[in-house]
Amino acid sequence: MASETLSINHNGYHESYLEYQGKHKGIWGWLLTTDHKRIGVLYMISILSFFAVGVTLGFLIRLELLTPQGTIVGPQAYNEFFTVHGVIMIFLFIIPVISAIFGNFFLPILIGAKDVAFPRINLLSWYLYLTGGALVLLAIVLPGGAPDTGWTFYIPYSVRTSTNLIITLVAAFILGMSSILTGLNFISTIHRMRAEGMSWFKMPLFAWSLYATSWIQVIATPIVGITLVMVIVERVFHVGIFDPTLGGDPILYQHLFWIYSHPAVYIIILPAMGVISEIVPVFSQRTIFGYKFIAFSSIAIAVFGSLVWAHHMFSTGISDTAEFVFSLLTFLVAIPSAIKVFNWIATLYKGSILLEPPLLYALAFIFLFTIGGLTGIIQGAISLDIYLTDTYFIVAHFHYTMFGGTGFGFFAALHYWFPKMFGRQYNKKIAKIAFWFVFIGFNTLYFPMFILGWMGMPRRSYHYLPQFQPLHVLSTVGSWILITGLIIMFTNLFRSLLKGGKITKKNIWGGETLEWQIETPPTFENFEFEPKVFEAPYEYKQNEIEKEEVK
Amino acid sequence: MLADASNFVHSVDSTFTIIVAICVFFLVLITALMILFVFKYNSKRNKKAENIHGSLPLEITWTVIPVILVLYMFYLGWTGYKQMTDAPKNSMIVDVYGQMWSWSYKYPNGVKSDTLFVPINKPVKLMLHSRDVDHSFYVPAFRIKKDVIPDRINTEWFLPKRLGSYDVFCAEYCGLRHSYMYSEVVVLSQDQYDKWMAGKLSDNDKE
Ligand SMILES: [Cu+2]
Repeated sequence: MASETLSINHNGYHESYLEYQGKHKGIWGWLLTTDHKRIGVLYMISILSFFAVGVTLGFLIRLELLTPQGTIVGPQAYNEFFTVHGVIMIFLFIIPVISAIFGNFFLPILIGAKDVAFPRINLLSWYLYLTGGALVLLAIVLPGGAPDTGWTFYIPYSVRTSTNLIITLVAAFILGMSSILTGLNFISTIHRMRAEGMSWFKMPLFAWSLYATSWIQVIATPIVGITLVMVIVERVFHVGIFDPTLGGDPILYQHLFWIYSHPAVYIIILPAMGVISEIVPVFSQRTIFGYKFIAFSSIAIAVFGSLVWAHHMFSTGISDTAEFVFSLLTFLVAIPSAIKVFNWIATLYKGSILLEPPLLYALAFIFLFTIGGLTGIIQGAISLDIYLTDTYFIVAHFHYTMFGGTGFGFFAALHYWFPKMFGRQYNKKIAKIAFWFVFIGFNTLYFPMFILGWMGMPRRSYHYLPQFQPLHVLSTVGSWILITGLIIMFTNLFRSLLKGGKITKKNIWGGETLEWQIETPPTFENFEFEPKVFEAPYEYKQNEIEKEEVK
Repeated sequence: MLADASNFVHSVDSTFTIIVAICVFFLVLITALMILFVFKYNSKRNKKAENIHGSLPLEITWTVIPVILVLYMFYLGWTGYKQMTDAPKNSMIVDVYGQMWSWSYKYPNGVKSDTLFVPINKPVKLMLHSRDVDHSFYVPAFRIKKDVIPDRINTEWFLPKRLGSYDVFCAEYCGLRHSYMYSEVVVLSQDQYDKWMAGKLSDNDKE
């Protein structure tokens, strides 16, 4: 991206954001920071901690399923495992992971701003996140036991369970507030804080994807917030809303729940798609193919994705008209995702490709997300959904889109931006070894579940019939390979923080967006001079890496 | 497990095969191109990249073709589903009761049972009742599933076409022993069915 720095507002900060001492020193300089980069790092530490808890629970679930029943725990513990695994992975990991970490850290930089529009509210969002996270942990340890309803909290069961459900719902409500505030902040930042010359169509695609995401967060999250409060009111004051014994309607709950929770999957996937749109051109050293189609497909996904929620309810007995409309829209929402995939592939064409760890993860994202998307299409067909819904097919599809998609998008972003964030380079060879463990482990873990689902095995099942065992054993072995890969990956990254080679080069990958034109690690207010932008992003003049090395 | 046991199996399985074939085609295409480009345009072989900004004809192609294909797949799924909603008028009606954590059945003549016995080649319409929370009546071999929801009577129907017994699962999570909520559908010849029913009726008389 061609840009020029004008000496308008020289702020005089030369220190890296990691060392900068503001009003507060030491740990308080972090806990009371309003710097978007420090907040991004705070999110990184807390989100990764919850990820570790979620992975551990996933490991225990797989271990239990090694045999048809009673491998390590009883049914109550198992039900609590998969519920808490879902709650943590959805609300504390996969929804915030990319937007809260990399959105916070890089969105202002990518559009040439000093910070987000409301830095204090940004810090408040993190505290709300922590509060929500703490309440989830509290729900596990308090007497009464961890929630056992599944992360969907379906009524009437969730009105009857004696486990700590209310505290979990309060947690989800608070996490929703955190998400809304982050969304508001990003929308305002993108509207108001773009650098001179940074018109809408000169914005990097990651910023576009965060923009679309933020609107869904702001519009859809209040609905689930209110719904969860209604469940609490129903449980505490016995007001009939959803519970049929009080005259309520359980299907109404499902509608309200999915009106948020289906768009939530786009809150989850869109930022990852934005990351892929950044990484593919950088490592192909050429401009992105179909910039406007990728940008507008994000908006199309946000709009149409808000109108397909009832495809989670094809088997509940909703009307034929609803089945027809929601199935049709579900098929159509696949189109903008397909457009993105085709444009990414076309971006590789006639590039000069460097197969570095970020690109490896990005290509794995495209492959796994394509499987996730295509198996979504299979379930969009109503007659097939009737057969496959609530089986392991759904579990596989869901993990291919969420983990294979956003999870791998997160790993790609991590390997792409980590050196810029911390000024340290990780060992690329080890990163590639970790990649193959993660990729092979992932497929061994989740692919057998498609077959289990086609064989008719229901999900959320502690006990299963003997014919399902061989595939469960394979899947469990996959979980071990995957976890080995994750341990190698994070050890490699963590080790590089302490012992990795220091980087001072601004542009290690040869990127054209603004974060590669500032110091590594970035200084306190990002830009020493206010940037001015002339050209669209991803306009590669020549092999930028060579240029960098000559300097 | 995947026996051709009901009238829906053929339609569901052929729809599945067609859609999976289309999906596999696109997956292979995308993956093959990706791998080809990564090798062919590797920076070692291709030092200088070409900036290609896009192509409207290509964008139109890869929008229109998928739109046509998804409309076709939608149509397959919809027509398959329509058959599942229209139970024949002469169906035998059986009430199904789901409760934490077992199934029970009640026949039109008042006979009750824990296993669903049905005569072959006679359509059966199930009226689904829940006594507590949501369940889902799922017979994989018949390719049918319908949620069982309190205060609402959902229905599903099938035409059993092969003798034998088939697993019934609860597909909607319903608490502690959800995964043990098994039952069976046993498809009998008309003779055997009549005998079973007569036996049940005389049992009832003795009581
Ligand atoms: Cu049940």
